[in-house]
Amino acid sequence: MKFSTKMTGTVFGLSLFAAIPLATPAVSAEKVDAAAVTKTYADIAEAIFTDSLNSAEALKASINALIDNPSEATLAAAKSAWISARAPYQQSEAYRFGNAIVDDWEGKVNAWPLDEGLIDYVDGSYGDSSDENALYTVNVIANKTLTVSGQKVDASNITPGFLAETLHEAEEVEANVATGYHAIEFLLWGQDLNGTDAGAGNRPYTDFDLKNCTGGNCDRRISYLQAATDLLIADLKEMQANWQAGGEARKSVTTDPAKGIVAMLTGMGSLSYGELAGERMKLGLLLKDPEEEHDCFSDNTHNSHYFDQIGIRNVYTGHYKRPDGSIVSGASLADLVKAKDAALNSELSAKLDATVQAMAVMKARAESIEAYDQMIGENNEAGNAVVQAAIDGLIAQTRVIERVVTTLGYGTIEIEGSDSLDNTSAVFK
Amino acid sequence: MNKYRDLVLSACLLSFFAAPGIQAAEMGRDDLNSKDKKRVAEIVKPTADFTKAESFELMQGGGATSTQSVSRDSFSHFSANLDFKGEQDFKLGNGLFRKLWVSSPSSTAASDGLGPLFNARSCQRCHLKDGRGHPPKDKLDSAVSMFLRVSIEPQTAEDIAAIESGEKALIPEPTYGGQLQDLAIKEMQPEGQMNIDYSEKEVVLKGGEIVKLRVPTYSVTKLNYGPLHEKALLSPRVAPPMIGLGLLEAIHPADILANEDVADADGDGISGKISWIGPKASPDREIGRFGWKASAPSVIVQSANAFAGDIGISSELADRPYGDCTAAQTGCFDQKTGIQKRLGDYEAPSPVLELVAFYASNLAPPARRDVDAAEVLKGKKLFYENGCADCHRPKYVTSRNAAQKEHRFQLIWPYTDMLLHDMGEGLADHRPVGSANGYEWKTPPLWGIGLTETVNGHTFFLHDGRARNLTEAILWHGGEGEASMQKFKEMDASERQALIAFLESL
Repeated sequence: MKFSTKMTGTVFGLSLFAAIPLATPAVSAEKVDAAAVTKTYADIAEAIFTDSLNSAEALKASINALIDNPSEATLAAAKSAWISARAPYQQSEAYRFGNAIVDDWEGKVNAWPLDEGLIDYVDGSYGDSSDENALYTVNVIANKTLTVSGQKVDASNITPGFLAETLHEAEEVEANVATGYHAIEFLLWGQDLNGTDAGAGNRPYTDFDLKNCTGGNCDRRISYLQAATDLLIADLKEMQANWQAGGEARKSVTTDPAKGIVAMLTGMGSLSYGELAGERMKLGLLLKDPEEEHDCFSDNTHNSHYFDQIGIRNVYTGHYKRPDGSIVSGASLADLVKAKDAALNSELSAKLDATVQAMAVMKARAESIEAYDQMIGENNEAGNAVVQAAIDGLIAQTRVIERVVTTLGYGTIEIEGSDSLDNTSAVFK
Repeated sequence: MNKYRDLVLSACLLSFFAAPGIQAAEMGRDDLNSKDKKRVAEIVKPTADFTKAESFELMQGGGATSTQSVSRDSFSHFSANLDFKGEQDFKLGNGLFRKLWVSSPSSTAASDGLGPLFNARSCQRCHLKDGRGHPPKDKLDSAVSMFLRVSIEPQTAEDIAAIESGEKALIPEPTYGGQLQDLAIKEMQPEGQMNIDYSEKEVVLKGGEIVKLRVPTYSVTKLNYGPLHEKALLSPRVAPPMIGLGLLEAIHPADILANEDVADADGDGISGKISWIGPKASPDREIGRFGWKASAPSVIVQSANAFAGDIGISSELADRPYGDCTAAQTGCFDQKTGIQKRLGDYEAPSPVLELVAFYASNLAPPARRDVDAAEVLKGKKLFYENGCADCHRPKYVTSRNAAQKEHRFQLIWPYTDMLLHDMGEGLADHRPVGSANGYEWKTPPLWGIGLTETVNGHTFFLHDGRARNLTEAILWHGGEGEASMQKFKEMDASERQALIAFLESL
């Protein structure tokens, strides 16, 4: 599927078509609709990032409570706040692909998988002299001086700037994830040492207790947790502003509504198929590896996947339910498709609902029978099948999204051996 | 050494005469009709107009070009013209590319099979940010993305014959095999450590500017399996950038053949030759395209060899579960492999290798920057006038028969002729491999070179990263590149600056 449009920065088919006028979906009445649709899209983005920011601030408050008064209860409350914060954020992921401004930023807040030995103490089974990552067990919480690429680095102050600029992706190794939700997740839960058996990470609250410190260096662990949380808040603020009135992301999808619609479809399709069905789900099934889960310390992967799919559906229906129960909605992509081809709209709506249903089955299984990392384990036919059903739903909905692209007039006709040079008027004058 | 070179020459000449020059290339483009042939010939002609950028020059990877904003991820984007399914395969491949392999047996059976000897536990460990590797920055720097290949000169009549016929590309070092693995699973000892000593030599440019080149000397320390063979040959290699590989594979063989001028028939001092893979007598021998000496014909073969040699993982195309073990390494063949019969016959059973190769074939060349800037255009003109473009051939239209649809019939700008060239004594590793003698290296593509610092945080260039910036890299050109290098030395400083600005825009 190729989108032949004028925009740059999306993941699709820019190539040489970038230079030629486009087939934009024709009539003016529809243009008005498209503008209203992309406005809804931007409004929902603003609401989602606002909710993500607010829930991150609630997370910060609960982390402060944990630090002020370390106990089982305050640690549990902080974990619960983290899980709540994931729900709106995951719904933002449908905005990542198709919006370069989101995609470029995403690695700071949601990078995974991470080598947790970079951050804090790890179990002996983790291996102590890994070669693939010289910082594998550097344990910045325990070490005030690090060696990064042969240079001594002062780590005496763990600040947001230090995490973002020095530690994150240090030595060009992408697994050196020092920031974002998953770094905070590791600090709250600790390593999940259960493999494909039941159980998440089980860090004791005393790891944050200055008076009865376990795990060593509680002061630095607290600094790290606070710095990572502050950084997350700052990053979310930046993205919220991008979607507010006058923000770059909002402008980029509303100034030229055709471009906005393509961003919407690209985001839905790319998250569905390649990212979620592929890298985050199918790979785990292929490898039967409990490390191949998105929220591996907290065993919250089922929620992450579920809310990704809710986010995909939000984009289509122009309808977002906020954590407080209120609704943001408006003219939708569904309306646009319905006006062109009512049957196609019904089909995509049904497919999106079916995937939500399959994800709900997986979520229910995770909450009652076994965690996601157990579901992808070897010799677990029933668990594997539940995950596979969600993957199948994601792929099926993408196939219909591809047809929507064509129906709305954003697809180029597939010519055998197509692309750049087949457009003779463009290349050969 | 010369004897082998001559044999290779004559073999190549035969094919050269059988399919001479440009005409043959046109005849050879069996993927094009006559109208397309004309269009293609027109578009790939070197430009003579340096007053403005050429059409589509910005999109140096054709429809695959990534136009994402410039960042440290600039080499990690997928071909922009992939469909959703292709995007999924790319991402699955990416997951496997970064996956850590573990020694057998482990709790995650599908990850078993590391080593016994290895250079890295994952692909990504050496191919940092999918970009260019580097030598250690100093003695403390363990983040090395570089290793030594080893072999020996043929010692027996049988080996000499096998090299001559092309049956073998090289004779492995009897104990250490084809490359030095500096790591091992815990039951085994690593082979040894690469050691580099640099001395400096000065080059004076026009206007008096002095450039200090660092001259490396390689040795191996901490050898755990006895001394190296007295005729051991070492060749250092950094991990090359990963972008655009599928497009390079899609260049039609006839276009590479047409670049060849083994006997320097045109008398320009440049005599590129193809790296042939396979026995000379075989009609199935293939053009080598990948690696610093073009020793692999395809991305998937290169990937399979890297899996086996660098990580110790077997696959259908490189069934070597013991990696680079030799019989002289006691215990090496006694280690457990990671083969799980229920998953397949290899440590990386299908579709693991295929997905990794798909990933490696679809890392998009980035769009160029400043393609219209006066300084860049001035540098581009000098690049052509200096003869740089004679080997760093700017553009191709890829084959309509390429395996992957997104790679077909694309106008691409890799700046390579895909041929081996004698680069002189300074760069020689004195270690022949297949068609390539100890002085020859494949012209490396230049696309993306200007983003090396952005992506990898360094500017170490050439096969062993000895050059610390583009100027040093140019000054190392000897042999067939000597004349162009001399012209560069004699340029005004402002001209050298413009030439570098052009390279930075790629």
